[in-house]
Amino acid sequence: MSTPPTPPPGAAPSLASQREIDREIAALRQSYVDLRAGGAPERLHPDRDYLPYRSSALRHPKQPLVAIEDPEVMELTGPVFGVTDVTALDNDLTRQHAGEPLGERLTVTGRVLDRDGRPVRGQLVEIWQANAAGRYAHQRDDHPAPLDPNFTGVGRCLTDDEGRYQFTTIKPGPYPWRNHRNAWRPAHIHFSLFGTAFTQRLVTQMYFPGDPLFPYDPILQSVTDDAARQRLVATYDHDLSVPEWSLGYRWDIVLDGPAATWMEEGRL
Amino acid sequence: MSTLPPTPSQTVGPFYGYALPFPGGGDIAPAGHPDTITIRGVVLDGAGQPIPDALLEIWQAGPDGDLTGRPGSMRRDPVTGGHLGRNGVDFTGFGRVPTDADGGWVVRTLPPGPHRPGATPYLSVCVFARGLLHHLFTRIYLPEHADALAADPVLGALPPERRATLLATREHDRTYRFDIRLQGGDGPHEETVFLAFP
Ligand SMILES: [Fe+2]
Repeated sequence: MSTPPTPPPGAAPSLASQREIDREIAALRQSYVDLRAGGAPERLHPDRDYLPYRSSALRHPKQPLVAIEDPEVMELTGPVFGVTDVTALDNDLTRQHAGEPLGERLTVTGRVLDRDGRPVRGQLVEIWQANAAGRYAHQRDDHPAPLDPNFTGVGRCLTDDEGRYQFTTIKPGPYPWRNHRNAWRPAHIHFSLFGTAFTQRLVTQMYFPGDPLFPYDPILQSVTDDAARQRLVATYDHDLSVPEWSLGYRWDIVLDGPAATWMEEGRL
Repeated sequence: MSTLPPTPSQTVGPFYGYALPFPGGGDIAPAGHPDTITIRGVVLDGAGQPIPDALLEIWQAGPDGDLTGRPGSMRRDPVTGGHLGRNGVDFTGFGRVPTDADGGWVVRTLPPGPHRPGATPYLSVCVFARGLLHHLFTRIYLPEHADALAADPVLGALPPERRATLLATREHDRTYRFDIRLQGGDGPHEETVFLAFP
């Protein structure tokens, strides 16, 4: 397709403009800055109620979460995965088809740690992403960008004894979505992580440094704390780049978890 | 003492379908086990509409209360790279199910036992969805433990209609229903009680 698609008459007339979304993002960031200046605690995760991300409106609880302080809850244990759950090729997203996928070949690696800095060992890391043109191999993705027959965009691995994971993939493209008019997601890789406790569970997204779409994206900006948001951005690491072959990015992940899991292991 | 700040959560989005669900993800009970129970429900939004792109994960003790877990929930075939399914024998305690177009989900499992002497058994649930920026935890208690739940120092102190969102109801023999409503509003469903673990 060489021309942009024409929207059907009457399609989504009520979508906000990017300018309106920008204003909402700025206002929510400012109110967080004001709260912090008044002594409010750091907000380390996104607010579930974040209007600029329109789909959150009806999908966040209005009641406060009920705090469970019991240090012996079963959520301090969690599911176990092993070599039967992962094949050796699963961490190379460029070798899952007969041919090589199109795109910029990457190594993405880092360590999974708990909040004490201890490695999270032998745990499952799962990733998924769009292809180089910004299209997911998913029926519901109708972005008119080409599919790549040599790329599904799914990988998994187990962390090693140092908590390290590593994937070989291609750089995903940015893609449009219909949160508002002219909405584009910055390039990102979705990550799913397990710790030793079910309460450490994390699903998140890794972004690439210097992406010009960062300020326009309500999903990234839902992390209103500037330092916390920066933790979602990987670092380009030239030492990880392989001559004549691939570029390297490093991204360490720290799993949140209740204070009780920071005690010595094996207490349950 | 914790020192490192955590990596923030981000929504699972709409396109996890090739990556996270796996065949047999809801079949936690070993194949053909006579004690198998079925738990099913729908996930609803604040308008009472079904959510077709949510993903639920279950973690639970076995009938003996054992919480050590076992690998093999998502066994893979080293020959083809495809999914092999569970081995049909081991109880891994882990399940993962996406909601269908009607917001519905089903798991088949064994009733959990007390994870420590005197504990009230439950299934722990982690909810992900497009539109949900940070996952939510809740619990499924079976109706035979309603009195124990009412006596729980924290959950028992909730208003009865809120506490009831944590209780599965018996549909018929060995089949239970557990609906999850992410946000209260109109309609018959209360907002589900979600939990934090400080
Ligand atoms: Fe995405």
